[in-house]
Amino acid sequence: MPQQVPRLAAVFAVAVIGLFVARSLLVPDTFGDLGHYRAAAIDTIVAHPKEYAGHQECTMCHRPIAEQRAASNHRGVRCEVCHGPAAAHVANPLEIKPAVPRERDLCVLCHAYSPSRPTGFPQIDSVTHNPRMPCAGCHEPHAPEPPVTPRECSACHGQIANQLAVSHHAELNCGTCHEAPKEHRDNPRAVRPTKPAERSFCGTCHAADARSSERIPRIDLRSHGQPYVCWQCHYPHYPEAR
Amino acid sequence: MQGYIYPNEFELQWSLLIVLYPYLTGLVAGAFILASLERVFNVKEVQPTYRLSLLTALAFLLVAPLPLLAHLGHPERSYEIFLTPNTNSAMAMFGFVYAWYLAVVLLLEVWFDYRKDMVLWARESRGVRRWIYYVLTLGATDISEKSLRFDDSAGRWITVIGIPSAFLLHGYVGFIFGSIKANPWWSSVLMPVVFLFSAMVSGIALVLVLYMLTTMFRWRKIDMACLDKLAQFLFYALVVDFSLEALDFIHRLYESEESIEILRQLIESRLFISLIVLQVVMGTVIPLIALALVSPGLKKGGFLRTPPELRQIIYLVAAVFIQIGIFSIRWNVVIGGQLFSKSLRGLTVYKVELLGIEGLAMTIGLLLLPFVILWVLVKLLPPWSDGPEPDTPPASG
Amino acid sequence: MPESPDTIERDAERTDSDSVDRREFLRDLLGACSAAAPVLWWGTVSVPAAAAQGATAGYDPTEHRYGMGIDVRKCIGCARCVVACKTENDVPEEPHFFNTWIERYVIRRDHEVDVDSPNGGIDGFPPIAEPATVRRTFFVPKLCNHCDNPPCVQVCPVGATFITKDGVVLVDEGYCIGCRYCVQACPYGARYIHPEKHVAGKCTFCYHRLVDGLVPACVEVCPTGARIFGEVEERATPLARFMQFNDVQVLKGHLNTKPKAYYANLDGEVR
Repeated sequence: MPQQVPRLAAVFAVAVIGLFVARSLLVPDTFGDLGHYRAAAIDTIVAHPKEYAGHQECTMCHRPIAEQRAASNHRGVRCEVCHGPAAAHVANPLEIKPAVPRERDLCVLCHAYSPSRPTGFPQIDSVTHNPRMPCAGCHEPHAPEPPVTPRECSACHGQIANQLAVSHHAELNCGTCHEAPKEHRDNPRAVRPTKPAERSFCGTCHAADARSSERIPRIDLRSHGQPYVCWQCHYPHYPEAR
Repeated sequence: MQGYIYPNEFELQWSLLIVLYPYLTGLVAGAFILASLERVFNVKEVQPTYRLSLLTALAFLLVAPLPLLAHLGHPERSYEIFLTPNTNSAMAMFGFVYAWYLAVVLLLEVWFDYRKDMVLWARESRGVRRWIYYVLTLGATDISEKSLRFDDSAGRWITVIGIPSAFLLHGYVGFIFGSIKANPWWSSVLMPVVFLFSAMVSGIALVLVLYMLTTMFRWRKIDMACLDKLAQFLFYALVVDFSLEALDFIHRLYESEESIEILRQLIESRLFISLIVLQVVMGTVIPLIALALVSPGLKKGGFLRTPPELRQIIYLVAAVFIQIGIFSIRWNVVIGGQLFSKSLRGLTVYKVELLGIEGLAMTIGLLLLPFVILWVLVKLLPPWSDGPEPDTPPASG
Repeated sequence: MPESPDTIERDAERTDSDSVDRREFLRDLLGACSAAAPVLWWGTVSVPAAAAQGATAGYDPTEHRYGMGIDVRKCIGCARCVVACKTENDVPEEPHFFNTWIERYVIRRDHEVDVDSPNGGIDGFPPIAEPATVRRTFFVPKLCNHCDNPPCVQVCPVGATFITKDGVVLVDEGYCIGCRYCVQACPYGARYIHPEKHVAGKCTFCYHRLVDGLVPACVEVCPTGARIFGEVEERATPLARFMQFNDVQVLKGHLNTKPKAYYANLDGEVR
């Protein structure tokens, strides 16, 4: 055997043995127990302290309020949404008290009008809606209800009202096209307002022979857009014609 | 910033240092493949660059992991990649590929190639130098003809193993990027192959420059046959590299997937200078045309007849342009791939910081370090015999 | 998966390939000893399972499989979840680190899509520019999808991020080297590098709460029930019901990451 081979072999053997030694010394104890990772890491993660106690904890002491809330429109809004993280309070109920927010800016986080919010979600315009009055003065946060039946349609249909206001139909009242029974205000989902069912309804203004302002766009009702009712294509709260 | 990026994407994850890493390993792989031309494929013309290529590859390989190390959040834990590598991770293979390439390929090949010389130098020198050479020989001082024949055949076999290893080394770096399906700019099966050929281009160009500079500074005559051959291979590698990149580009354009719009914006705004100007025009088209016109390897005497002195300058400029182009390729891949959001809805910006551990100063330092190491290596293991005659070919191993 | 037989098998494999490998190495130093064998062996570290609890006593991770349902049509963009998550999990306060965040989509009549998420939604959303051109608009909560085929776990070079037996993707902060490859590999932008710890950070599904039977903080504070948490398989939980009565979708399904964040009423423009 040439002289080179045993010499090189010795060097490689030292390196390989060194690696083995390092490996047995440095690989953490629990590595590989559960998979290709340190099982002990899970223990560290699990030991992380909690900030939010969970509504179950709150219910144990604050049962009446919890029951009131559970039967209300805020039944899905758990305690710590408004009162903030309460684990510290649970651990030390007398010394540490959770926040009791009374400002308007907490409520508007959810209830300020935003077109991106789902329709039907109760929203107000914070600037015009009883400015500077605390929300809790009229609405009990644990069982919120409108104090009076809404007068304006826009109280609930903010998105429509907002769009309508900047459209060519801005001057039309809701009542021009919809008939809303009084019961709709009390029980909005059970009793619905009407929608125009006939093409001729829109034709009152838009038909070729309609007696209306000349600036209003006209169509031939017999040939245009059969067989649909107008609002199946056009959005009357924001008609596309400019 | 323009459009929408995910909030967590605000910070760019891989900085200039990670641009440097594939650039350096590319030079390693390229220089080694050049060395293998002489050794395995018997391209005798490039013989003067054989040892220089090996030492260059070694010098750059020693520096290659440093940018990686510097950018880690916890460099002190880097050993974990050797001890508990995740076999599913392309990056975990770094330890194996690197160790294999360094220890089994490059060091062994250099050792076998230099052993005879080291034994002789150990006999000639005195003091510390004598001991250094003796330790480097590992005490294997037998330089009988039989022993030297063994050196030579061992070296040849290592080179044979070394070629796929060099492919592996850089192909793997390409795979690190090419396998990220979350990133449409990276995710491409061509990525490792493109990396490979761009590595050859950059390695050959670097050795060409180094060969010219070292020869000039030693006041020796440049071996024009060698230089022409280098330029010829450089041209071939560049043609393949450019074709592959064009294929990748056309393929993307033709498939026109979901990401095409944001990638179009990326190229037109953020990457215009580095991709169109530096990578394609300066780094590829100009050198291609220049080499095609003057290289005597393509047409006897070249399409344009040029005196050797002019040709040397053209080669040198082309090689420097190519280096800039290849660095731009790395930039366009690494940084470009992070300049658009994975929501495909927006672009972000990257500002290179000057100082700091991931800054420009560090990058330049790491870029110069291989040349310092190469200088030491050349002093220790001269790749040429400095005989009195300027035209003496270097001693073969 | 049963632990012990697996371990024994791997141990046997290890001694075997070990000795063969070393013999070969010595005999054929110059030869091409296979690179694959040591690589394969080296990857499967097996330290005999001694005290592998992996969670608190009384909690058996193999009995669970967690996921989250998100009803896009219920989200009001209040970002209480984002705030709660930051409080609960020590996520940095600064704007560019989020385990969960809220995106607002504004889809225009000309198909242009504007998305924004100022400070993850915590600071509220500015009024929509040119409201007249809006065709539809909505909020989408985002978080780690806790993929069953997680690309982040695949690429982690050292085994510092992993998927637990109950299907949660976690990071070992004491082992992560901060290479950031997982951040690159996540298609959802759900990971970041913690600015002080210099390791990867991400949603844990509030794993420390799960083992005590609590829901994640974001679910606890969601006022509209847009986030639904529970078991993905078999057992009757709110999530099971959610998946029964909704058409659910996952984000970037074409990447085959097999996410466990299930979206109902998801718009096709969301990615």
